[in-house]
Amino acid sequence: MENQNGLDAKVPTGAINERWENHLADINLVSPANKRRFTIIVVGTGLAGASAAATLGELGYQVKAFTFHDSGRRAHSIAAQGGINAAKNYPNDGDSIHRLFYDTVKGGDYRSRESNVYRLAQLSVEIIDQCVAQGVPFAREYGGLLSNRSFGGAQVSRTFYARGQTGQQLLLGAYQAMMRQVDLGTVELFTQTEMLDVVVKDGQAVGIITRDLIDGTIDSHAGHAVVLATGGYSNVYFLSTNAMKSNVTAVWRAHRQGAWFANPCYTQIHPTCIPPSDEFQSKLTLMSESLRNDGRIWVPSRSGDPRPAEEIPDADRDYYLERRYPAFGNLVPRDVASRAAKLEVDGGKGVGPLQNGVYLDFADALGRLGEDTVRERYGNLFDMYQRITGEDPYLTPMRIYPAMHYTMGGLWVDYNLMTTIPGLYALGEANFSDHGANRLGASALMQGLADGYFVIPYTLGGYLAPRLGEKTVPTTDPVFEETRSRVRWRIEGYLTGGGTRSPDWFHRELGKTLWEHCGMERNADGLRQAISAIESLKEEFDHDLLVPGDGHSLNQSLEKAGRVDDFLELGRLMCIDALHREESCGGHFRIEHQTEDGEAERDDDNFSYVAAWGWTNGEEPILNKEPLEFEYVRPSRRSYK
Amino acid sequence: MDLTLRVWRQESPEAEGRFETYRAVDVQPDMSFLEMLDILNEKLLTSGFEPIAFDHDCREGICGSCGVMINGQAHGPQRNTATCQLHMREFSDGDTLVIEPWRATNFPIIRDLVVDRSPFDRIITAGGYISAPTGSAPEANLIPVPKETSDAAMDAAACIGCGACVAACPNGAAQLFTAAKVAHLNLLPQGGPERRSRVERMVETMEEYFGSCTNHGECESACPKGISLDNIALMNREYLLSKIRSR
Ligand SMILES: Cc1cc2nc3c(=O)[nH]c(=O)nc-3n(C[C@H](O)[C@H](O)[C@H](O)COP(=O)(O)OP(=O)(O)OC[C@H]3O[C@@H](n4cnc5c(N)ncnc54)[C@H](O)[C@@H]3O)c2cc1C
Ligand code: FES
Repeated sequence: MENQNGLDAKVPTGAINERWENHLADINLVSPANKRRFTIIVVGTGLAGASAAATLGELGYQVKAFTFHDSGRRAHSIAAQGGINAAKNYPNDGDSIHRLFYDTVKGGDYRSRESNVYRLAQLSVEIIDQCVAQGVPFAREYGGLLSNRSFGGAQVSRTFYARGQTGQQLLLGAYQAMMRQVDLGTVELFTQTEMLDVVVKDGQAVGIITRDLIDGTIDSHAGHAVVLATGGYSNVYFLSTNAMKSNVTAVWRAHRQGAWFANPCYTQIHPTCIPPSDEFQSKLTLMSESLRNDGRIWVPSRSGDPRPAEEIPDADRDYYLERRYPAFGNLVPRDVASRAAKLEVDGGKGVGPLQNGVYLDFADALGRLGEDTVRERYGNLFDMYQRITGEDPYLTPMRIYPAMHYTMGGLWVDYNLMTTIPGLYALGEANFSDHGANRLGASALMQGLADGYFVIPYTLGGYLAPRLGEKTVPTTDPVFEETRSRVRWRIEGYLTGGGTRSPDWFHRELGKTLWEHCGMERNADGLRQAISAIESLKEEFDHDLLVPGDGHSLNQSLEKAGRVDDFLELGRLMCIDALHREESCGGHFRIEHQTEDGEAERDDDNFSYVAAWGWTNGEEPILNKEPLEFEYVRPSRRSYK
Repeated sequence: MDLTLRVWRQESPEAEGRFETYRAVDVQPDMSFLEMLDILNEKLLTSGFEPIAFDHDCREGICGSCGVMINGQAHGPQRNTATCQLHMREFSDGDTLVIEPWRATNFPIIRDLVVDRSPFDRIITAGGYISAPTGSAPEANLIPVPKETSDAAMDAAACIGCGACVAACPNGAAQLFTAAKVAHLNLLPQGGPERRSRVERMVETMEEYFGSCTNHGECESACPKGISLDNIALMNREYLLSKIRSR
């Protein structure tokens, strides 16, 4: 079903570089003394959530922050390696806000909202200032000034980094800022507490229902607004580079309550991960994309070449990225690099014991820069690689293969980051906003922190100001009662299923189906098959699930069951979205829609819109469209040749 | 390879714990230690038993969630390696592995191998930050920081907060964890204005929860990130100076 009404993104008017400023001038303000009369619920304390909680607390709001982790320092954001972009132009190499904006819109294959992206590029500059002031130890030059590098797909050096641990240092900065507010009493932090539903009264978000993971208590929390910063859904594929606990539950339950889900099929495959070594593999490890700055990617020219990499002379190697994309070489965007690797491996040129990888070779870099410099740049990544594979990348090339990594899709939000449920906001990877159909490297950290430090603290005021004096809905209200019982009923269902299969079993099956039919390449037949396979799997899940133990103590299988249930429903929607989008763009590659030389072929006449899906309790989802207009960056075919 | 596992099982904080013995057969050398536990858990679950609870998330040695004692060693036998990064090629066919949770009075057991490490968060809450409210920051390059200083701060900031240092310490002291944060922030010019109150509050909060340091140095050998004991010396110096000055 399709809704023709379109969606209002509430984008401010004016020239693009003035929109955010105009908007700030127009937003209603809540006076400092009145802020403490508002309770804001923040779910998730990764980069987006911790930065939002800290800043809202500093402003004087009463913040309740929730995470299922045992500490704010553990969120998936901690694992980001490569860096964070900002249009500082310190290296004086021609970067600017406009260029970062342009690169992001182009990199997203013209499927993002121009105004949001421009704002992101503007705010990027302030993020770096903020983080440095907090003590984030970014890499520096000998003169003491900040150092930059170029990162996946960018022709300027605009990436700030802290060794290979940028996400860790940024998250610790945001976490510490949040703990400072805990110290000051403006933020109350609930750890090991999982949000299991949003409470919606008269169409507005008024609170959440949570479960204490240690003792199973189901609780209600009321707020004037609810902010979700619960991360992405790559783990729907079972195998991904995301942390094991990352999941879609908060977002999906909000979707079931009426928040529209945008572009679920826009998922990103990362080209440089360690290939799986066996069928028991539980998670894939990313080797930072920064490695592509100095590493060269190749496969043997002859398929099945039995020689070890070091013995294959240059003449018998195919540096296929450098060959096919002379201008960008090894630095083409992720989607392009990933598909190219798949093409080589599918064509029988894969390397390694399972022939499921391509080489990423540092011999040239080691010769050119010396081992010390290479160690300084990538030491921890090389160590990690060696620990996992038992091979030494200083001596032999790494083996890499693409893996699921990031999800551009997420809850639809307007310019204020509000979802289609008034009072419910989504930040960071949980929303769909800024990356279109493909995200550029080092831009997720930037977006999460822009949303949390600089956007939500302002835009929230616009919603709250007219509500001054309103009390939160009491948690004894029937709507809380009703939502609580729904949550309880669901948990009871998992525990009394009495079937034979573990939550992981279902998860693995779902992952296989999605990877095969809704992964790096998709086609109509495969997607239809996947939809029906997922439907049967969901039915089996409902009848054959086994969750041992009870609901009154730490029960990791029970936690997992709920997450897999939501993944099953999401997986189906992803396929529906991928099937409806009869074009290729960014990470969404439909085999039917490609150019003669195998590049993605967009259809701007028919698909230049955001697809936001509405939940309909059992019926087919409803498609709502937000048309995309490009006033400043004219869509063209991406070319990295 | 085939292994014998003796695993600590404990239903709840109050319950009595005990070792249970399991066989892990056909373990592949390329498997990670936690994948080996995953497989065991899958078997337990489908035979109707409760899986072994253990904490983990990133499986890349960076989130600090994982951590168990393996044959009496925090994070097991490989140096500079968190439990999740440990691979089975470190063990041999026929080995017996004794797997326990962190043993520290102030990390009470929640279940099986999962412990409560929230005292670490309390130490951070007591000044483990630089007060820089959003929006108040000066231009990032306004204050140059010598590369050596910044590198030293980064070395200390690499701590992942896993708690191995406490678990390895015969006294259950948290000096290495606390010192790493003090060093990270106090070394940087941005951390200067609050350096005294920071070190005092953090140390005093640490002492409320944890044992005292008698220079065993076990913490350093157990640390998966190679955080150096020098940080403890730095913290002690900062603390003393601060105390002297405030008298
Ligand atoms: C290996 C890896 C490397 C990366 N490297 C880079 C990089 O170099 N540069 C870059 O820009 N990006 C990178 N990314 C992407 C980036 O790290 C993420 O997109 C970003 O950190 C997401 O931040 P977030 O705050 O939105 O969510 P997360 O960090 O995932 O945080 C989610 C939070 O929500 C909480 N939560 C979730 N659900 C619930 C619930 N139901 N109840 C309670 N709490 C809940 C969690 O506990 C957690 O606190 C990388 C990603 C991966 C996987
Ligand atoms: S699971 Fe994250 S450090 Fe081991």
